[in-house]
Amino acid sequence: ACSKRGGAVPAGKSGIAPWIPVVGLEIHAQISSNSKLFSGSQVQFAAPPNSLVSFFDASLPGTLPVLNRRCVEAAVMTGLALNCSINKKSLFDRKHYFYADLPAGYQITQQRVPIAVNGSLSYSLCIDNKMSQMVTKTVRIKQIQLEQDSGKSLHDDTRCQTLVDLNRAGVGLMEVVMEPDMCCGEEAAAAVRELQLILQTLGSSQAVMAEGQLRVDANVSVHHPGEPYGVRTEVKNINSIRFLAKAVDYEIERQIEELENGGTILNETRAFDSKLGCTVPMRDKEGKQDYRFMPEPNLPPLILYDTKSLPANMNHQQVINIDWIQERLPDLPSVKREKLVEQYGILPEHSFTLLNEDGLAEFFESVVKQTQMKPKKVIGWILNDLLSYLKQHSLTVKESPVSPFLLADLLNLLEKKEISSTAAKQVLAELWKGEGKTPLEIVKEQKLELLWDQKELEQICQAVIDGQENE
Amino acid sequence: QKVSVEVLEHLEHLALVDFRDWEGVERLQKAICFADQLHEVNTDGMEPMDSVLEDRCLYLREDDVTEGNCTKELLENAREKVEEYFVAPPGNIPLPKLEERETFLQGS
Repeated sequence: ACSKRGGAVPAGKSGIAPWIPVVGLEIHAQISSNSKLFSGSQVQFAAPPNSLVSFFDASLPGTLPVLNRRCVEAAVMTGLALNCSINKKSLFDRKHYFYADLPAGYQITQQRVPIAVNGSLSYSLCIDNKMSQMVTKTVRIKQIQLEQDSGKSLHDDTRCQTLVDLNRAGVGLMEVVMEPDMCCGEEAAAAVRELQLILQTLGSSQAVMAEGQLRVDANVSVHHPGEPYGVRTEVKNINSIRFLAKAVDYEIERQIEELENGGTILNETRAFDSKLGCTVPMRDKEGKQDYRFMPEPNLPPLILYDTKSLPANMNHQQVINIDWIQERLPDLPSVKREKLVEQYGILPEHSFTLLNEDGLAEFFESVVKQTQMKPKKVIGWILNDLLSYLKQHSLTVKESPVSPFLLADLLNLLEKKEISSTAAKQVLAELWKGEGKTPLEIVKEQKLELLWDQKELEQICQAVIDGQENE
Repeated sequence: QKVSVEVLEHLEHLALVDFRDWEGVERLQKAICFADQLHEVNTDGMEPMDSVLEDRCLYLREDDVTEGNCTKELLENAREKVEEYFVAPPGNIPLPKLEERETFLQGS
C-alpha cells in the first residue's frame, strides 16, 4: 500500500522516476426515506417491477417535481457531519442524456450551487497491516449534492433487449465528491468505509453496497513528482469496498505499465470486472458527454435557515433550521471510538475494530456490564475469540450462538479462578455449538474445574510420577 | 453568421431533433438571430435570472408515501412489455453517421 512508501510508487523496471498515484472518488448514497426525492412513491428495495412508480417518475407530461423535506434534512445532516459549509441557498439543474432508464431524458441534480461544500473526512489506516500502528488521514470533501437516481436496466442479451424497471427512478441520492487526496486502493477503501459508518450512524443512508445504496466511482491518474497531474480514467461498476481497493490498485498498475511502455492513457470510463480482477473500457460511452446543463425551471432556489435568520411568521413545516439539525446530530464514529477508549481503557485499534463490526461495540459493552472481569481483559475475548469465530463461520454479531450473557457468565468463572484460561477456551468452543448449555454445566461435564486442594494435587502428581517410573 | 454543419450534427445528436430540410435550418437561424437581440441589453453587474419563480418559496413535502401502485396504467403506454417491465433496445442506438444519412444535410 502506498501509505508505506509515503505516497510514491518506486521506479519501474526501466528505472524511470517514481510515480505518484492520485485517486478521487464520487460516491452516490441513497437517502433513507419513505418516499422519493420529488414524488410520493415509495422507496423500497426488491418490489414487483414498476409498482413503486408515480406518474412523475415515469415522466408523463403534466407532472411536476415536489421536494421531499426529509431528503433535504438528510443532506444537511451529512454535510454537517462532514464539516461542510451548508449553502443557505442552493439551486437545482437539469443534466441531459438519453438512456432507457431515465424516462425524462434528464436528471434533476445540483450542478451550479450544491447544498454543501468544502468539508473533510478523517479516516484511519493500519500501517503494514499491523493493527498496532494506525495513522489518521484526511480527505477533502468538495461538495455534497442532492440528485435523482435512475431506474434499473436489465440486459437480456439473448433476446437483444433491455428490460426497464422504474422503481428506483427518482429515489433521492446524495452525491459526495471526494477530492483526489488519496493515493491507493487501501486509502480509498478506508475513506469509503468511514463514510459508510458515518451515514449509518446519522441514518441519512443505510449505505449497504450490496443493495446499491452506496455506489462508488473512482477517478485514477498517475504522474511523476513535480509534474502536472496525468490523464485520469473513471472506474465504475464497483460493488464492494474490497473490490474498490482492488479496482483502484489494478488501474494504478495498469496506467504505470502503459506509460512505462511508452503508451498513453485515454480519458475514458472503465468498468471493473470482479471475476478477472481488472478494469476494461466501457462500451456505450462515446467520447466526452455534453450534458447541456440548464436551471430546473420548475423549482425555485432551496433556502435553508439558521437560528439567526429564522423567519418569524413562516409555517415551521416549511422551514429547515441548520442549527436545530446540528444540535441533534448523534455521536459520530470517531467520537464513539474516543469514548470507548476513555471509558474502558482499551486501545484505539480495539475501538476501531469494535465499531467496524456491526453490533460488536454493543456486545462488548453488554459483556462488560455483566462481568467482574476488567474491560481490558474482556476486549481480548471479544476480538480474538468471539470475532475470529464469527469470521470463520461468516456470521454477523447478531447471529452469534454465544450471547453477551453466556460469555459474561464464562468470564466470571475465569475471574473467580474456578477454571483456567485454557479450560475457558474449551468451554467457549463447546458454547459455539449453541446447544443451550450454560458454561457451568459444560465445566462440570468435562471436569474442567481448577483444583485448589493441595493434598489432591499432590496425589495426582505422585500418581503421574509413579506411572513414569514403571515404564 | 450561419450555423455550421458540425454544430447542426452535434445538436441533432444531443437533442435527437431532425432539422430535416433547409426550411428547418432557416427557422433555427432566425430563432438565433431573434434571441441575439438580448445582447443589446446592458447587463453589467446584474445577476442572471434563471426563473420567474426565484422569489417564490420552494414547497417542502412531508415524507409520506402517497403515490405508486399503478403498474397496469403505466404499462398501457408501453409499446412492448415483458412481465411488467418496459422493453427497450439493448443500448442507445447511435444516430447514423453524417455520410450514411439521407437527409438534406448531406447535400448542403
